[in-house]
Amino acid sequence: MSQPRANLAAALVLGAPLVAVLAALAVGGVFIAAIGESPLEIYALMFHEAFGTGYGLGQTLFKTTPLLFTGLAVSLAFRAGLFNIGVESQMYLGGFAAALVGAYAPLPGVLLLPAALLAAAVAGSAWAAIPGGLKARFGSHEVINTIMLNFIALALVSWVGRGLFEPATVRTRDVAAAAWLPRLDRVLPALAGSPANFSLLIGLLLAVGVGVLLFRTRVGFELRALGLNAPAAQAAGVAIGRTQVLAMALSGALAGLGGVNFVLGYKHYFELEFTGGAGFIGIAVALLGRNHPLGVLLAALFFGGLSHGALVINQRVPRELVNVLQGLVILFAISAQALTARFVRRWS
Amino acid sequence: MLAPTVSLRDITRTCGTVLANDRVSLELIPGQVHAIVGENGAGKSTLMKVLYGLFQPDSGQILVDDRPVRLPDPEAAMRLGLGMVHQHFMLVDTLTVAENVVLGREPTRGAGAFDHARAEREVGALAERYGLPVDPRARIGQLSVGAQQRVEILKALYRGARVLILDEPTAVLTPQEVDELFVVLRALQRDGASIVLITHKLAEVKALADQVTVMRAGRVVGGGRVADCSVEAIAEWMVGRVLVPLQQRSARAPGATQLQAHALEVADDRGLPAVRGISFQVRAGEVLGLAGIDGNGQHELLEALAGLRGPRAGRIEIAGRVVSGRDAREHRQAGLAHIPADRLRRGLVPDMTLAENLVLGRQREASHGPWLGGRALNERARGPLTEFDIRPPEPTARAAQLSGGNQQKLIAARELGTRNADAPQIRAILAAHPTRGVDLGAIEFLHGQLLAARDAGRAVLLVSSELSEILALSDRILVMYEGRIVHETTPATTDERALGQFMTGRHSPGAELTRPSPTGSPR
Repeated sequence: MSQPRANLAAALVLGAPLVAVLAALAVGGVFIAAIGESPLEIYALMFHEAFGTGYGLGQTLFKTTPLLFTGLAVSLAFRAGLFNIGVESQMYLGGFAAALVGAYAPLPGVLLLPAALLAAAVAGSAWAAIPGGLKARFGSHEVINTIMLNFIALALVSWVGRGLFEPATVRTRDVAAAAWLPRLDRVLPALAGSPANFSLLIGLLLAVGVGVLLFRTRVGFELRALGLNAPAAQAAGVAIGRTQVLAMALSGALAGLGGVNFVLGYKHYFELEFTGGAGFIGIAVALLGRNHPLGVLLAALFFGGLSHGALVINQRVPRELVNVLQGLVILFAISAQALTARFVRRWS
Repeated sequence: MLAPTVSLRDITRTCGTVLANDRVSLELIPGQVHAIVGENGAGKSTLMKVLYGLFQPDSGQILVDDRPVRLPDPEAAMRLGLGMVHQHFMLVDTLTVAENVVLGREPTRGAGAFDHARAEREVGALAERYGLPVDPRARIGQLSVGAQQRVEILKALYRGARVLILDEPTAVLTPQEVDELFVVLRALQRDGASIVLITHKLAEVKALADQVTVMRAGRVVGGGRVADCSVEAIAEWMVGRVLVPLQQRSARAPGATQLQAHALEVADDRGLPAVRGISFQVRAGEVLGLAGIDGNGQHELLEALAGLRGPRAGRIEIAGRVVSGRDAREHRQAGLAHIPADRLRRGLVPDMTLAENLVLGRQREASHGPWLGGRALNERARGPLTEFDIRPPEPTARAAQLSGGNQQKLIAARELGTRNADAPQIRAILAAHPTRGVDLGAIEFLHGQLLAARDAGRAVLLVSSELSEILALSDRILVMYEGRIVHETTPATTDERALGQFMTGRHSPGAELTRPSPTGSPR
């Protein structure tokens, strides 16, 4: 393959998600026009709300944060050839564990925050390791098992919560102030009033960490080899089962830590169903971000902006437009991926 | 002789960069069994896919009843009376035999309702007519593999097949089931059907076929009336004689035993015995050639030796360490290198870079603490890439972008390469079909590398279906047939003809075949 062609192929691979986004916006524009509004005006309005003001940007970053964690979680498992659909409940349990430690553990102040973070990671990790272990030991499909564990986690927390929650509420006691993650407006006054908090920085660090793990360590190498060609990985001496469990456990840890954005950074308590589907949107984020940490970050920002921008267009077009856009992006991202793969194959 | 039902004329078809069929011509006569034989990758399956409408030929003509036809899809092939029995059955496990057979052509009554009773009646009658014992009411999932295959045949017949293509039909059957299948096929033959039998088992060709066509590297290399062809002749056509220049080789006294199998028994994917008690030793500085026609247990033997398939009984030792029952990593750590037969499935990760592929299997030795990757990894690749003349020599190119020959060199560079300081002391090398599908220049190069490894004191087990390769490289030769070693010899005291006889199980001292010595290595 000649160099210009190789470059073009690379550009196609990288550009495909962008094309998908533009195509989704174009088709979404048709819907907006059908309602009798101007697509450009609506999009401009959304964009301004999501990124145009300090407060709006802060809100967007706040909504980006959990998607960054869940997107990283899904993509890490995906790199090992595993489809972790249980990110929602891993995040849920992570948040619950963080709240339990933050609100009830008799620990000195300096230890409280690290302990709460650790609890979140361990809870998500353990919950994800279950389907990982089942896959490794019995070959039972992780998709089925993670879906089932989603329901179990929901019920489990509600059941435990009955004796724990504050009277007449579905939430825990407040987390001790020592376990709070500070808001970002403390260091970035421009974001004043928005709930964006230091969870975002943890997420950014983890994104770098996932990149280093995948592309600079032996474990990441084995994990990717397993995901790309399991028989060859086996022949190369990769311990398939152990690597699968490890990938799921790491994925779950990322998801679990995502729960602290709400619990330690925003409301400072755990509330039933606080995740609100961030785990599932994480799948779309990983897809659009092509399972690359940088791509995941950009995709999370896009979905976060979409989510916050939706608030201002409510009076002119139905809010559900944003759901339509989300769906369209996923649809186009999948087809763009298939199309570019075909082009690249033909040319190489 | 009757006029042919189907004629293929000068069919050419490329798959990727490979010329899978090169001007192949073939005639199918009613009432005859036509065997198409050849090693894996010879182009048999491609040809049948062309005939069944799954592939379009790049050029050439297909005639059915002397009229040129186009077969854009299997539906069109079926309409013309061409039926296929795939190696992997296409049946719905939860439906009954009758339901599977009529699927897509269901008899109906009244307002389009499925006429269950009629379906069962028709299928029962069809089964009886051709002597295919199968209960129309049985569920597929409860049937034996042999019975499922009969259902596949019924399906084709129900759709009016006059030409029945069977893709390695006996590969999945027990010996009894093979006999039953042959009875069925003879009945169909008497009824005037043309039967195409794709196989690489020559005994079957002799037992059943009227005509044989031998394919090799996409071309028809021989064939004719089976009665006129000896098994030896067919075997010679199959394995061919690529002119491999003999390499200069030093006389060398072999050293200590590095790879040893003792009374090894290995099962295939279905749990049937594939390796039936094999013992051998490969010593340092020695190439042991293992000759045999594909499907006689070499695949399972190699997987066991590489730690990819647990043996059922027996022992494997690498450099004195017992590794049987351990995983691939422990085999490698004991000093094993492995050039797998299937390079894209086992040998490479096509979507990874050349640098990454060059470290695959050596990732532990090549990592610095937990770290592996980046510039150091790419730099590490430059030596092997130039030494083995891999093009393009770009560490960051993906393995999928390489030609087949370069992919093979990439694997060889990794497994044989001595330049990398981080490579452990390699003691034994499994080289499975190391030059399959590779051009002549690369063949010569790879042979040179294998001999260099031998001269460097490694024990090499060479498995190949190319007899010329076995003869050119080996110090000793074993012949494998039906899971056993039936012959041991040296290149100086044998030739392709003699080896071919042992490979096809036709050598006269029959006692060797039926009662092998306990070690499996008759002297």
